[in-house]
Amino acid sequence: METTVYRYRLTFYKEESIRFTGHLDIHRAWERTFRRAGLPLAYRHGFNPRPRINIGSALPLGYTSCSEQMDFWLEEEMDTEAIARALNQAQAPGLPISEVMRIETKQPALQTQIQTAAYRVHIDDPPPIDEMQSAVETLMRASSLPRERRGKSYDLRPLIKKLQVKQSTDEIWLEMTLSASEGASGRPGEVLRAMGIDPTYARIQRTKLILTSV
Amino acid sequence: MNPAEVEHRLGHILPTVQKPGRYTGGELNQVVKEWAAIPTRVALAFPDIYDLGMSNLGLAILYDILNQQADVLAERAYLPWNDMETAMRQAGLPLYALESKHPIADFDILGISLPYESLYTNALNLLDLAGIPLHSAERTVEHPLVIAGGHAAHNPEPMSAFIDAFVIGEGEDVILDIVRCYQDWKAQNKSKETLLAALAQIWGVYVPSLYQPHYHEDGTISHMETLTEASSVLKRIVPKLPPPLTRFIVPFIDVTHNRVPIEIMRGCTRGCRFCQAGMITRPVRERPVEEILEAIECALAHTGYEEVGLLSLSSSDYGPVLDLVRGVSERFRGRHLNVSLPSLRIESFSAELMESLKETSRRRGFTLAPEAATEHMRQIINKPVTTEQLLETAGEIFSRGWHTLKLYFMIGHPAETLEDVQAIADLCKAVLKEGRRVIGKRTRVNAGVSTFVPKPHTPFQWVPVDTLDQIEAKQKLLKRELRGPGLKLNWNTPQETLLEAWLSRGDRRIGEVILRAWQLGAKFDAWQEHFRYDLWLQAFEDSGLNPAFYTHRERPIDETFPWDHIDIGVKKEYLIEDYLWSLEGRTRIDCRERCFACGILPKFADLRRKNPGNSWSCPEVRSPQRSDMRISESA
Repeated sequence: METTVYRYRLTFYKEESIRFTGHLDIHRAWERTFRRAGLPLAYRHGFNPRPRINIGSALPLGYTSCSEQMDFWLEEEMDTEAIARALNQAQAPGLPISEVMRIETKQPALQTQIQTAAYRVHIDDPPPIDEMQSAVETLMRASSLPRERRGKSYDLRPLIKKLQVKQSTDEIWLEMTLSASEGASGRPGEVLRAMGIDPTYARIQRTKLILTSV
Repeated sequence: MNPAEVEHRLGHILPTVQKPGRYTGGELNQVVKEWAAIPTRVALAFPDIYDLGMSNLGLAILYDILNQQADVLAERAYLPWNDMETAMRQAGLPLYALESKHPIADFDILGISLPYESLYTNALNLLDLAGIPLHSAERTVEHPLVIAGGHAAHNPEPMSAFIDAFVIGEGEDVILDIVRCYQDWKAQNKSKETLLAALAQIWGVYVPSLYQPHYHEDGTISHMETLTEASSVLKRIVPKLPPPLTRFIVPFIDVTHNRVPIEIMRGCTRGCRFCQAGMITRPVRERPVEEILEAIECALAHTGYEEVGLLSLSSSDYGPVLDLVRGVSERFRGRHLNVSLPSLRIESFSAELMESLKETSRRRGFTLAPEAATEHMRQIINKPVTTEQLLETAGEIFSRGWHTLKLYFMIGHPAETLEDVQAIADLCKAVLKEGRRVIGKRTRVNAGVSTFVPKPHTPFQWVPVDTLDQIEAKQKLLKRELRGPGLKLNWNTPQETLLEAWLSRGDRRIGEVILRAWQLGAKFDAWQEHFRYDLWLQAFEDSGLNPAFYTHRERPIDETFPWDHIDIGVKKEYLIEDYLWSLEGRTRIDCRERCFACGILPKFADLRRKNPGNSWSCPEVRSPQRSDMRISESA
């Protein structure tokens, strides 16, 4: 039996305090937020009905973000501000909602719309700025950067759309935009490694997910 | 070390360990109070990893009670897993509380949960990681007061060197008595001995340093010398169960039980002779149906959990169980909620109960616990279920849509023979056959066969444990018999059973063995991949104690036990009688049908008088109040 469902897209933060909570756990946290908020979340039918929530792009463990995107489906049409209010009130700490919008139910899946992702990377005790600069230039000049991941080789270079060193009076950071489309997703940690920086202690924030326009 | 420094070091450690979400706190419903503004700070610790500790209902209840007090804060601590422990020790990071990141050593009181014995080395490791001296005698007023409670604490002697004060019995009321007593003491600037003496005055608090055991030459206890006026410590109970906890902390990471636990009833009227819980949690007290339904509603709103567990030792015995099940399914239908009702009796009614919950329950598997497979054995353990009853119930369960039936048994009951063990295999096969008759080849029968460990305060506290050879022979038989399509066998290793057995009925001297085992590297003994039997044998040898003394000896009926001064309300004479009855194969019926005078009622007559009606399953007390029997509710 099919019922009418209404599709929404929300943008949320993943804050410092829960950066060590993984993607699946965030997904479950969201399910519980909807339950606490009492919103009429639609469920997929079947033997084991699952709530219709769809987080656009898994954020690696340890990263924070100010622009995670998620689609969800409700059984009733509701005012987006009322939804945002209800969700924020019921939300677990560390996952505040910045925006909810109504979108076309027929749109393709969120994952397939995501093209690139922008990151901001802070490094504890960074190398001198000119060293970082030259590492960036070397990387960007390279025609290919063969890498291996889970036994498969791939080229990291075309996945890097933008890479810059930034500096303010008291800090140095990197900004990068990487491909984030399905099957061709660049990982900030790999870029750091390619620059000769150990990513273990880097503070990485996803600042934007860039979608194709529909 | 201050919290900022702890946070800073954590920032470097956490990216390098597995499941770092265990170590961060910050979950929904955690309570963070302003450290400097709160005079009394309590750390509640579970001596195993977060994943297990977060599922412990007792600590969650205490956390809530303490944090409701304006002048008290309670925070949580769990043991780090090995990778994290190594990283913490390398970084010089002490065990800290998840909420404020203050080191545990900075708290006033450290409460450790001891629900089972295989956590003892972990408890020592916890103290060590916190940088707190292990021995109570080495701790001063500068250190936190270390208290412990939980089922294992009903024999406090093995851990008595390490714990300042034990809570015997239920924690809901006594925890505040302890905190108030601590506050009064602190205001007076007196010695630690003064504090311990004052704590010993509280109903349900045992201070081991005020008791000194003396031994016969053969190693048994001659008597317990008391350095206080009380010769025994009566367990604490709450006269009426308070409304259930509803504001649970919701972990971000996946933990053992991701659900709202609601205790529907405490205690059990069945009197299975092996069951320590059934003896120490008397009297039976029930919560009203309406209160439970309200609590579920409220807890769901607070947590968003998708599962509720309605918990008790024997849920079919909850008086209004049918009303409860109907109420739950009416109220929560269509809310994508899974309700579990474990611990059901072997009768077709259980299948009906689960059927009523079908709207709200996933059919994972149905569990029954016959515990023994021959009627003779079931008479000995006082679980008089007939094989016909079991087969009929199984048939009913299969016909109502379950494919998997889990059956729990124990080997090693008193007077058990290999024929009785063979009967376990035969019974499982008979159940499988019944399932096949009803639903065909989809039938699965999973047998969980553990080995019986005699526990203090039970009618079987006198009996020996099977030897390693006996256990192995019995398991060999089961492994040979219980295989093939549709059958699965789970068992405990005989070595872990022996560890539990040494510690369960241990005396004060076992404390040295625990310490030595920990020094040798024993920890996480409840984790099969970590348990090191050889270290324990070494520890016994180093301590000059014989492990068999604690396990394989049939204890004389008049032996003084190390836990005899712990009064659980049930009289030792009753346990003796029940033990003798078991040898004759005599059974007792449900004590709601007939009171067998176990001792609970005279002990708590005054409380029963004040709490008449159905909230207790014991008979009413109509006699006038006797002053010498009186237990002050406010102690």
